[in-house]
Amino acid sequence: MAQRAIREYDAKTLLARHWPDFVGGPLRYPGRVVQVGPDTPLDGLAEKAPWLAGERLAVKPDVLAGRRGKHGLVLLDAGWEDARAWLLRMRGTTAVVGGVSGELTHFVVEPFIGTERQYYLAIRTERDRDDVLFSPAGGIDIEEHLDQVRTISVPVWPPRDAPDFGPLFDGQPEVPAQLHASLAGFCAGIYRYFRALGFAFMELNPFTVHGGELWPLDLKARLDDSARFECGTLWGDVDFPAPFGRRLTPEERAVTRLDERSGASLKLTVLNPAGRIWTMVAGGGASVVYTDTIADLGRAGDLGNYGEYSGNPSSDETYEYTRIVLDLLTRGSGADGPGGDGKCLIIGGGIANFTDVAATFAGIIRALREFAPRLRSSGVRVLVRRGGPNYREGLRLMRELGGELGISIDVYGPDTHMTRVIGLALGGAANGGA
Amino acid sequence: MADTGFAPSWLLFDRSTRAIIYGYQAQAVQGMLDFDYVCRRDRPSVACIVNPTRGGTHLAFWGSRPLPVPMYQSLAEAVARHPEASVLVNFASARSAYGVTAEALAHPCFRVVAVIAEGVPERRSRELIAMARERGTTLIGPATVGGIKAGAFKIGNAGGTLENIVESRLCRPGHVAYVSRSGGLSNELNNIIARNTDGVYEGIALGGDRHAGSTYIDHILRYERDPEVAMIVLLGEIGGTDEYEVADALRAGRITKPLVAWCIGTSAGLFSAGVQFGHAGARADAQRETARAKNEALRAAGAVVPASFEDFDRSIAETYCRLVAAGKFAPAADVQPPPIPMDFGAAVRAGVVRRAPAFVSSIADDRGEELAYAGLPISEVIERGLGVGGVIGLLWFKRELPAWACRFIELVLQVAADHGPAVSGAHNTIVAARAGKDIVSSVASGLLTVGPRFGGAIEGAASVFRRAVKDGQPAGELVAAMRAKGEPIPGIGHLAKSVTNPDRRVELLKSFSAQHFPATPHLEYALAVERLTTAKRDNLILNVDGCIGALFLDLLQSSGLFCAAEIDEVADGGMLNGLFLLSRTIGLIGHFMDQRRLRAPLYRHPWDDIAYLAPDRHEP
Repeated sequence: MAQRAIREYDAKTLLARHWPDFVGGPLRYPGRVVQVGPDTPLDGLAEKAPWLAGERLAVKPDVLAGRRGKHGLVLLDAGWEDARAWLLRMRGTTAVVGGVSGELTHFVVEPFIGTERQYYLAIRTERDRDDVLFSPAGGIDIEEHLDQVRTISVPVWPPRDAPDFGPLFDGQPEVPAQLHASLAGFCAGIYRYFRALGFAFMELNPFTVHGGELWPLDLKARLDDSARFECGTLWGDVDFPAPFGRRLTPEERAVTRLDERSGASLKLTVLNPAGRIWTMVAGGGASVVYTDTIADLGRAGDLGNYGEYSGNPSSDETYEYTRIVLDLLTRGSGADGPGGDGKCLIIGGGIANFTDVAATFAGIIRALREFAPRLRSSGVRVLVRRGGPNYREGLRLMRELGGELGISIDVYGPDTHMTRVIGLALGGAANGGA
Repeated sequence: MADTGFAPSWLLFDRSTRAIIYGYQAQAVQGMLDFDYVCRRDRPSVACIVNPTRGGTHLAFWGSRPLPVPMYQSLAEAVARHPEASVLVNFASARSAYGVTAEALAHPCFRVVAVIAEGVPERRSRELIAMARERGTTLIGPATVGGIKAGAFKIGNAGGTLENIVESRLCRPGHVAYVSRSGGLSNELNNIIARNTDGVYEGIALGGDRHAGSTYIDHILRYERDPEVAMIVLLGEIGGTDEYEVADALRAGRITKPLVAWCIGTSAGLFSAGVQFGHAGARADAQRETARAKNEALRAAGAVVPASFEDFDRSIAETYCRLVAAGKFAPAADVQPPPIPMDFGAAVRAGVVRRAPAFVSSIADDRGEELAYAGLPISEVIERGLGVGGVIGLLWFKRELPAWACRFIELVLQVAADHGPAVSGAHNTIVAARAGKDIVSSVASGLLTVGPRFGGAIEGAASVFRRAVKDGQPAGELVAAMRAKGEPIPGIGHLAKSVTNPDRRVELLKSFSAQHFPATPHLEYALAVERLTTAKRDNLILNVDGCIGALFLDLLQSSGLFCAAEIDEVADGGMLNGLFLLSRTIGLIGHFMDQRRLRAPLYRHPWDDIAYLAPDRHEP
């Protein structure tokens, strides 16, 4: 559970839905925005949102990628027919943003507004306070005008209603004087909304005011998904998409499903399907340390995955999880026969607090046994390092398994430094376990 | 801080610290008590448990002795009864952790509140942090295992198993204090420090959430002031900027003790798109929040920062050895912790103890994935349609009876299910039901009449016929012998039925056996006896009990599944009345329900139906 970004479409429709309850006041937010997903039929869309046909439009990918304008991924000031043609052309294509390539699956379509004054508003959460930031010089170059940013901090405790945001606008020559009061009111409203819905971050950059309406040209937001039990009904069915460029592979999806069904935690990210080093590490912290150390030893390019299991998963869960990893690991490795520079699997972990090592290993062992022929033909070496409840039994089972299956399984306990097995795996020295 | 007011502010725990445990976490409580015991504490660290669903006592162990731990349903009561407790270990769920912690912060007695739950909303955590700061309470967590002070006090599950605590030399204080973000890795730190120094003095896991109740600097400044701490270890993590407070303090000279530090997550750059590492807070939104930047900053500020986690142990060892060589302190000696008995369950699992069981059971097993009757999984019983007769075969005789035998048992259950309201059993059930008794009492009242005179003749008949057939005793001899003893033959004779008015139930049973039984020697013998007795009086027929008893012997014998000794055991072992008991229970339940539906009032037997024979005192 963590802060999770939501789509611009969801951020805007959520704001429009709750505007009357939290903001209200003289400014209006009609929230005219249409989502085009991978399967949204474009024909007939203009009937559902009649304004599409009547307005000049702005169309942008809605895939959690920043700096879309700079990458030429935005269509501005277009009629619906042009927008439609553009969407048909762009939808499903791959774009590279900030060095990350990802598929353009979702788009937002909105009325286009000629850029008048561009303001900046952000709400950030710090440890002891919420910061509300305003700048009259909004837009993609906001970083270059930091001197114009004014901040009002609201302490998290004691809880109180939104403070007076007037000082953000007092004496701002860039903001028309007649807007100061209504913008201060808007800030108070959106701050209340931010707090009530469990947002962790929100940024309207830029936004403008046009004909008594507030226009967020871009709206980024992150929700704290651990607040679901308090705020979930206000969220509705908001979508938490994977970060841009992260298209889950079928194996990652399978692990995600396993994770959702389980009280324990099971995570898998495939980094390099052709990688030689694969890891199955117990514990959120330890899994990061193993990944770090492989990189420190200069072998990041050989790393197949980031994987983690923790929270005392059952034997059945570790079995299912291991099968998925072993399937990936033993794929298409004809060149890496025995004797060659084969692959290795590191079943690592620190000293568990309460996870039963023998029980979690029982599931891993079941899967290893099932995959034994493929592991043998791929020349896979297995290295194990673990401690915690019942670890002696778990390590013994692993040690015996190596002989039984004819696979190299080196087994280490707490007397071997947690990451030392990585060097042993990469160095090729297999001296047997402690 | 009523009781701990004399403790210096940097000392959160000592050997007399007591804690209230919120949430019924029996394992964590026992873990704390076992730790206390191996540390040879005078008093258990667990003052009491708050269990919102049940008050009373939880029975734990102090060494090998049972130790009652008081349990209260509210925190307020726990605090009132145990004002000496200065630590709350809060195991409440993510949903209720906020409320419980906020309530605890309002009690001035707590110096430390540890919040274990993962998934507390960030805003709630931040409010708790601000509240705790205002009250001067140290908040550890959320999303943490807690922390441990070697030889003194342990929070909840920190330190892992007792075996690990002993192996990591946590029963007595060493000279190295650490603070870690990760709770999972804190145990690894206990291990690394134990293997490379004289051991841990104190270790705190801050918790993996974005906003932790206390941060590195809070604890490191305590360690700095604590004269028992010789060096400090910090294990940081990608995300957040709390590590910079430590770098600032190092530069400012507010930390003078050697500090070995490492921030994990240096490989985050490997992931081209944002991947959420294991912890909620493990996410870098800016260059400053990366592990690499933080390691650099700490190194630049004077901390010992290895090149990789791989060298973390060596950095700790070198720093420690330098201090020892400089004569800064005397390394702590190891102590022999008192032995703690293994939990019985663990010992059984490990195969190191055995015990003669008080009970033996050989018919059903509910321990596996599926309930089994005599080894046959219940789903197979149903799939193969064994029926009630088959289940009786499995549970009463531990074998799978042939289909004809199962059907015979079911036939018996049907014909003996009821015999009207006038018989003893039904009568008693009706009277009890009308007295307002419940179903169990009413049916039991009826069943208690089953015996030698009512329903019990199945057993008697089977016993007599079994012996006679086995001994080859001619029917005439049996009849003569019984007459000589002046005893009726069990299973022979009926109050209402006779040769001319036969019992239809007996006819049904006989006809079924003729069609399906491979052989019926006992029934034939019984019929031979009946021929002799009915010649004397025409109601001395083979009655339904006698018929069932004889045929059941035939069932056992002709099924070929039972040896002679087993058949004797059934005939003489008081088992066959079970058939009548089971069958008649159906009818008795029916009578109970019938009386309930009729709302029959209390029954009182009419005076005029009773002959009062007691002497009349008024008559001369």
